[in-house]
Amino acid sequence: MRIFEFIRPPDPATAVAAAAQSKTAQQGADVRFMGGGTTLIDLMKLNVENPARVLDINRLPLNKIEVTPEGGLKIGAIARNSDLAYHAKVQLDYAVLSQAILQGASAQIRNMATVGGNLLQRTRCVYFRDIAMPCNKRKPGTGCPAITGHNRTLAILGTSEQCIATNPSDMCVAMAALEATIHIQGPKGTRAVAFGDFHLLPGSAPQRETVLESGDLITHVTLPPPIAGSKQLYLKLRDRASYEFALASAAIVLTIAGSNITQARIALGGVGTKPWRSPEAEAALIGKAANDVTFRQAAEAAVRNAKPQSENGFKIELAKRCLTHALRTAAAG
Amino acid sequence: MSDNSKLDQVNRSRRTFLKSTGTTAAAGMISAYLPAHASGAVEGASENEVTSTTIEGAVPITLRINGKDHKLNIDPRTTLLDCIRETVTLTGTKKGCDHGQCGACTVHVNGKRVLSCLNLALMHDGNEITTIEGLGTPEAMHPMQKAFLDCDGYQCGYCTSGQIMSAVALLKEPCGPDDAAVKELMSGNICRCGAYANIIAAIQQVRKNG
Repeated sequence: MRIFEFIRPPDPATAVAAAAQSKTAQQGADVRFMGGGTTLIDLMKLNVENPARVLDINRLPLNKIEVTPEGGLKIGAIARNSDLAYHAKVQLDYAVLSQAILQGASAQIRNMATVGGNLLQRTRCVYFRDIAMPCNKRKPGTGCPAITGHNRTLAILGTSEQCIATNPSDMCVAMAALEATIHIQGPKGTRAVAFGDFHLLPGSAPQRETVLESGDLITHVTLPPPIAGSKQLYLKLRDRASYEFALASAAIVLTIAGSNITQARIALGGVGTKPWRSPEAEAALIGKAANDVTFRQAAEAAVRNAKPQSENGFKIELAKRCLTHALRTAAAG
Repeated sequence: MSDNSKLDQVNRSRRTFLKSTGTTAAAGMISAYLPAHASGAVEGASENEVTSTTIEGAVPITLRINGKDHKLNIDPRTTLLDCIRETVTLTGTKKGCDHGQCGACTVHVNGKRVLSCLNLALMHDGNEITTIEGLGTPEAMHPMQKAFLDCDGYQCGYCTSGQIMSAVALLKEPCGPDDAAVKELMSGNICRCGAYANIIAAIQQVRKNG
């Protein structure tokens, strides 16, 4: 690990001012906010991240989970994943979020990892994590050895010629389906970003993963008021029963009136280069009968544009079965 | 009993031997980790007293471990794990993967279990840190330590302190009554010997007996 200066800013404004000196908020940032450390310290040990300054934000007043006046939820950026997953209102009204978090990582990591940090979780692509290898995300222009190499766990949706790295987060998949909003304090003031606009597709600049600019500090995330009577589910499929990243996952928020689906919000994990909201699947569900025929059509629609690589073609079928089973289970629940 | 105390003596002298030879052989390297005032911090620490405590960029910090304050001067890169093991010389906490994948380094911070390898020591001034040494002693074991003995919840023992720290924290977490729920919440602690069945039995024994 390279030497760095450890700073504990007394308030968010000071933290933002200090971070604004970084030349980027993306890969290779020379100033980094430190939350739980579960991603950043790991990558610093691998020399994938080498910040000259580390800003400890763990003592900032950003850890509360509160009900908003509209009946939604305001989640502080440094609220721990476990506190969010076990929060009574989350378990009751946003069950898909609680389930997603509890199926991710381990109890120890969930106690450490922050909500803001989970939004910025980095890919587990082995080439990204190994500085001896080329990687367009880590070192732009060096190439993507994953496309011709080991890509079994990598993405089939949202890929480019430059990068096929999977977004590893479970929490983000649920937040995509719940239409969360991300609130940012930056050098030019505060702003709110819709969840679907926060993460960027790799395209020709895979080193750029989010809309964050130098100095931008995620302060909190809001969830809209829960959809009354919605059926929610997070289903995660992986190589081990626990403590493993998703090969395919699905977050479901459905409302059914009579036998017809009236609302559907669908997001997939483990298959996309970003948390993958699927408007195609949603369009195939809304207004249709809640049965297996509809669910299979939605699953087909969700992966219609999937691009398999040499080792991960199985993910297309796996994602379809994952989504079909999740829809069937949620609808029956 | 006499056999046990004899064994205990052997173990202690082995550890003391390792500590003292390590200090002699690699004093330069180890001095970068050692506390400004190691004396009296832990058993055997006097042997580790180092006169040169100048570490470039070192930061003073007070860490509260097992109810005892340690005034330290550490490199900002020092993880909580390395600080506990190398600086404070509490070697019960183990380094396995050092990347948050095995759970061997599990300790409690303010009563919650965390991975000490993915934390910087500097993040923890003012926090209450508990390691396996703070849980119980051979004479007065924590019920979980006794249950691991009763149920043979280990083979080589390397993951055991992490397993026990995790298991003790689990007692206060939302966890269903069945073995499957315990397995899920213990999945962050890997045991390469595969003592899982006995580990689960030990935890369930403590949960059932309150």
